[in-house]
Amino acid sequence: MKFGIVTFPGSNCDYDAYAAVKHVMGEEVEFLWHKSADLLGCDIVILPGGFSYGDYLRGGAIAKFSPIMEQVIKFANSGGMVMGICNGFQILTECGLLPGALMRNSHLRFSCKFIYLRVENNNSPYTCNCNVGDVLKIPVAHGEGNYYHFGSEIDRLEKNNLVIFRYCDKDGNISSESNPNGSINNIGGICNKEGNVLGMMPHPERVVEDILGSTDGLKIFESIKASLKPANTLS
Amino acid sequence: MEDERLTGKMIMSNNKKAIVYVRLKEGVLDPQGVTIHKALSQMGYNEFVSVRTGRFFELEVEAGSTNIDKRLHEVCSKLLANPVIESYTVEKL
Repeated sequence: MKFGIVTFPGSNCDYDAYAAVKHVMGEEVEFLWHKSADLLGCDIVILPGGFSYGDYLRGGAIAKFSPIMEQVIKFANSGGMVMGICNGFQILTECGLLPGALMRNSHLRFSCKFIYLRVENNNSPYTCNCNVGDVLKIPVAHGEGNYYHFGSEIDRLEKNNLVIFRYCDKDGNISSESNPNGSINNIGGICNKEGNVLGMMPHPERVVEDILGSTDGLKIFESIKASLKPANTLS
Repeated sequence: MEDERLTGKMIMSNNKKAIVYVRLKEGVLDPQGVTIHKALSQMGYNEFVSVRTGRFFELEVEAGSTNIDKRLHEVCSKLLANPVIESYTVEKL
């Protein structure tokens, strides 16, 4: 099992993701350079947080045209697992692998704090080790995380259980106070209808050891590992 | 050698200009516009009942380019605007 982490100019969470996979999970991992057109046989591609290409124009708007993204899009369209965290989520919506858009936070401030996230659907390779209703403590750090789509599309997302995470309080209650950015329906993470592409604004790679204040990010990485591991193999 | 495109000096030519205006679609909340509107009200400019923000791009188009309308719309929908939340208009000078 091999993880790939894309580095764009301006990515700044690529090493955090690398450390989480390699040093905490003990799994094989490769950096994938934005100018490369080779996914190096990775089984899952992570688009990390940061400010790819300076976030000029809009977050993720320029990154979607990089050579590596052409391969990532092909990989995702053939069923490969692709996970976008924060800026990675913005890139996934910009390139059309996920629906909707991430707009400026409704309060116009950069939001950098621990939040709580409720697992809405565990029938996903990214949450299969969680229970529905589990509350995860994970930080956010973004200025443009306000998830938006027009009404009928939100209805479609909800009806098809494509909302994977929702912002909540520590007891799992959904309210506007627990919403860090104004996202519609407190949406913090969604997947595509096939389930192989996930985007989320919070940073699971930052909470994988006790010393970091939470280990809830591991539940997501362990889920990925569990879904990639071929059944009935010994190694 | 000095690159005129980088220094912002106009290249001597018959090039044309196109201006693209990008704005949030109607019905999409524009918190920056709301904040600016509040500031105007506090300043006493109460006749302005709402503010919507946006941005514009000036594109210099090589003289003699063909099919430019179609190509401008491609550029707008692929890159300059996010069609999920934004609309655009093109003005040719």
